[in-house]
Amino acid sequence: MTKNRQLLAATLVAATLASMPATGFADSVKIGFVTTLTTPASVIGEDMQNAVNLAVEHLGGKMAGKDIEIIFEDDGFKPEIGKQKTDKLVKKDDVDFVAGFIWSHVLLASSKTVLDSGKFLISSNAGPSHLAGAGCHANFFSTSWQNDQTPMAMGEVLNTQGVKSLYVMAPNYAAGKNMVAGVERTFKGEIVGKDLTKWGKDKQLDFSAELAKAKASGADGLFIFYPGSAGGAFIKQYQQAGLRDSLPLYSVFTVDSLSLPKFQAANIEGVLGSSSTMFWAPDLDNAANHKFVSDFKAKHGRYPSFYAAQSYDTIMLINSALQATGGNLEDQDALRAAMEKANYDSVRGRYSYGNNHLPVQNFYLRKVVADADGNWTTSIVSTIYENHQDTYASECAL
Amino acid sequence: MFSRFKFITARVYLGFTLLLFMVPIVTSVTGQDFYLDLLTRVLILAIAALSLNLMVGFSGMISLGHAAFIGIGAYCVGIPAYYDIHNGFVHLGLAMVCSAVFALITGAICLRTRGLYFIMITLAFAQMLYFTFVSLDEYGADDGLVIYKRSEFAGLLNIENATTLYYTVLAVLLIFFVLLHRLVQARYGRVIIGSKHNEQRMQALGYNTYKYKLVCYVISGTMAGVAGFFLGNFTNYISPEMMDWTHSSELLFMIVIGGTGGVFSPIIGAAVFLLLEEFLSGITIFWHLIFGLILIAMVLFGKGGVHGLLLRWDEKVTNGAGQ
Amino acid sequence: MDWHLLISQMLNGLQLGLLLFLLAAGLTLILGIMDFINLSHGSFYMIGAFFCASLMAITESLIFSIVFAVIGVFAVGALVERFIVRRLYKNDHLDHVLVTFGLILVFDTLAHMIWGSAGRVIPLSDALNGQIEFGGFVIPAYRLLIIVAGLTVAVGLYFLVTRSRLGMLIRAGASNRSMVSALGVNIDRLYLVIFAIGAALAGFAGMLIAPITEASIGMGNEIIIVAFVVVIVGGLGSIKGAFYSAILIGFIDTLGRSYLDDLLKLFISNQSAETAAPALSAMMIYLLMAVVLAFKPQGLFPPGGLNK
Repeated sequence: MTKNRQLLAATLVAATLASMPATGFADSVKIGFVTTLTTPASVIGEDMQNAVNLAVEHLGGKMAGKDIEIIFEDDGFKPEIGKQKTDKLVKKDDVDFVAGFIWSHVLLASSKTVLDSGKFLISSNAGPSHLAGAGCHANFFSTSWQNDQTPMAMGEVLNTQGVKSLYVMAPNYAAGKNMVAGVERTFKGEIVGKDLTKWGKDKQLDFSAELAKAKASGADGLFIFYPGSAGGAFIKQYQQAGLRDSLPLYSVFTVDSLSLPKFQAANIEGVLGSSSTMFWAPDLDNAANHKFVSDFKAKHGRYPSFYAAQSYDTIMLINSALQATGGNLEDQDALRAAMEKANYDSVRGRYSYGNNHLPVQNFYLRKVVADADGNWTTSIVSTIYENHQDTYASECAL
Repeated sequence: MFSRFKFITARVYLGFTLLLFMVPIVTSVTGQDFYLDLLTRVLILAIAALSLNLMVGFSGMISLGHAAFIGIGAYCVGIPAYYDIHNGFVHLGLAMVCSAVFALITGAICLRTRGLYFIMITLAFAQMLYFTFVSLDEYGADDGLVIYKRSEFAGLLNIENATTLYYTVLAVLLIFFVLLHRLVQARYGRVIIGSKHNEQRMQALGYNTYKYKLVCYVISGTMAGVAGFFLGNFTNYISPEMMDWTHSSELLFMIVIGGTGGVFSPIIGAAVFLLLEEFLSGITIFWHLIFGLILIAMVLFGKGGVHGLLLRWDEKVTNGAGQ
Repeated sequence: MDWHLLISQMLNGLQLGLLLFLLAAGLTLILGIMDFINLSHGSFYMIGAFFCASLMAITESLIFSIVFAVIGVFAVGALVERFIVRRLYKNDHLDHVLVTFGLILVFDTLAHMIWGSAGRVIPLSDALNGQIEFGGFVIPAYRLLIIVAGLTVAVGLYFLVTRSRLGMLIRAGASNRSMVSALGVNIDRLYLVIFAIGAALAGFAGMLIAPITEASIGMGNEIIIVAFVVVIVGGLGSIKGAFYSAILIGFIDTLGRSYLDDLLKLFISNQSAETAAPALSAMMIYLLMAVVLAFKPQGLFPPGGLNK
């Protein structure tokens, strides 16, 4: 009978699908890491991947005696793909922790799957206000920051430097708007102009029209947020427009170790001396950071970015939890309690966790300088905030 | 209803349908929820591909804006859910009405053009809708919306349950298939197919082909809206990215892989496309290279897609029997 | 009204328009003459930028890099025509869309494999990185170079199309395809040359923009959709139409981005104007295309008798 044969075939196909890769052993800890490994944004994802691998190497491939198994997944810079890959990590690979996430929208789209399944979710970069505030969750942790904090620190910098009028530019998406809201919250002067530019797949990379407006506005300073390759494009055009002397640049998450070597190669001196704020810098003085930065540099020939620093910390945080429970992955409450202590040597120095499981940490003012070897990097100038907690923590019911 | 098909084609399609019915049983026995999800996605996109094929395969209208309807359907779940309205009948009704209205308005304009111009104007409308949703801050703009609760059908259906959702989608897909099959067989279908090959002749016969095509466009758009309703529920997340033109071209690929000639074939096309994507993306991050080459080869050498292949096989068998 | 601002925005619009023209020129010929839809035309834009960046790293001469990169893209275009596109002229538009979409995937991944994910910069000399001043009016030097280069190529293309034998065949092909084959011309070779010239022009556009944005994976995939709008608005197969509509769309896009929010603020609240303006300015060109198609389906400057 043909029908029977087809049924048999159906069962066979399904059985093969089912028996495919049920890898992993009881004595390993599985970590799923979702980041962007294709599209131009993959330059960030690769940096994170390198940092995770370095962390695993530093741990000797083991956490509390268990083998570390990391499964990297590519979100393709799309929330829908990110969610599909997260589903796969949770349902097929049955990982113990899901970490990574560069982009707020990918994290938001994926968070439900992870948290509903009762697994731990650790953000290595994205810090949307929803997950910090009303949508906080016992199993969600972050090794980065909430979006508003860094621009709030920048607002304070502007105040102390006597900037009276500011022109603001950012991409038109949630993180971009958070950055603008952050700087507006603390900056006491006047915002004389604001441009939210097209973002997403079809993002705007030619800022000539906006730069012409900024120049015409006569502002004392220019605040920008352009992560990834858009930042490179922006800085180049800023230099070409000759605004370095008339319109000083204050940026967040734009000038980093990924873009600086390229600026140097392209002779974009306009970026030297520009100010940015951040929770970390490659020259932050502590033993964990020295080890991380020097080993990363030895391996990859350049400074790690803050994305890398956060990803490195993600693995170290998980390790600290496993050390505390003696490698027990079943006891979720013990794991959670251990992570809440943040009892490990972070590359940013010791920090604590707020009720919403976001770091309460310092923020620094950094300037772009040339290091002893002549390579451009960011260097800490002063501390702006000490043990700063994000404003959304009060909305979190935890 | 398979009587029109010759033996092998009918048997393969019937076998494939039975296989689809078996999926949740197998995945629940083996505990592989992930594959149930994957196949649910296949079925949802199969609905969209099926609807697009009514335009592309039967009336020769190539649209690069079909994903817009999926987006509309999905937002008809997401926006009410944002206001704590979880009634599935409301969601589904809205999805159908909104996509039908959008199809009617844009179709009335698009159908004045043909060929390349039709492709570009459908693309233009989809892009406009995309940018509209990108600007809607209240509904997450670029970042989209998370749907925390799936549509509720007053206790009749609980689509939070993966198996229930799967069978619901499968049932809708089969109902749509039967409807389209009848439609194509009916006089209406013959006018549509006739005007694909020779529009002037149909007009000379006294048919208002514009009206026929518009009805076709609206039916197609509404069905895609229903696919969007399911996609929003299934992924628990919506964003303007769902309307991107690349998704429209993916639907076109599904149709061509399945074969534009059959009513059922887009379902096979969707399955082949998505399973191939899943398989290849697990191998290397450079999988798009292999995927692209396979897609190009399928268009260049796979004449008539799976459907064409089966028909040729049938022909061979019948001819062989006749000798 | 700030006149300095307006004038610099006009120059920006002109620059964008010229880049769009370089992309659309090839696209409109390929569409008008071969009736072929090439979604992967933007890949040549990307390939041009990467070729130029790689050559620049070796030779450190911008002119030299551009010349050889243009030749390189011409060759890639010729290969794509010879081995893939040529098989498809007889197929319907659906096959064109799908195969060229597949080509985008292939080219983007190859670029990722060859050049890595980080993108490549094209460094400029200090003079080109600087500004030029006339009449108290400051503009970036490199922007001016783009405008001059774009206009030069446009004029060159005009003479090629109106004054040369190849141009005569191109014009004939755009308005009446069967006539060209009746003239006993080697159609295969004509198509190959047109396709490769189109690719080279797109590649040249990519090289011009790369020192500003950098060469990156998939950089042409977005702008190509706009280039299609240019072609449709200008009229298929019309170089003149492509030129005017490219400039028009360049202006609409740039001026929309700079003035639309101020304009909207007259009618709606500041907050909503700030978020609606970017979306609306992105939408305007599609709106323009829909309006043109509704009233002048053949585009604003259809080829034919008028297209001298």
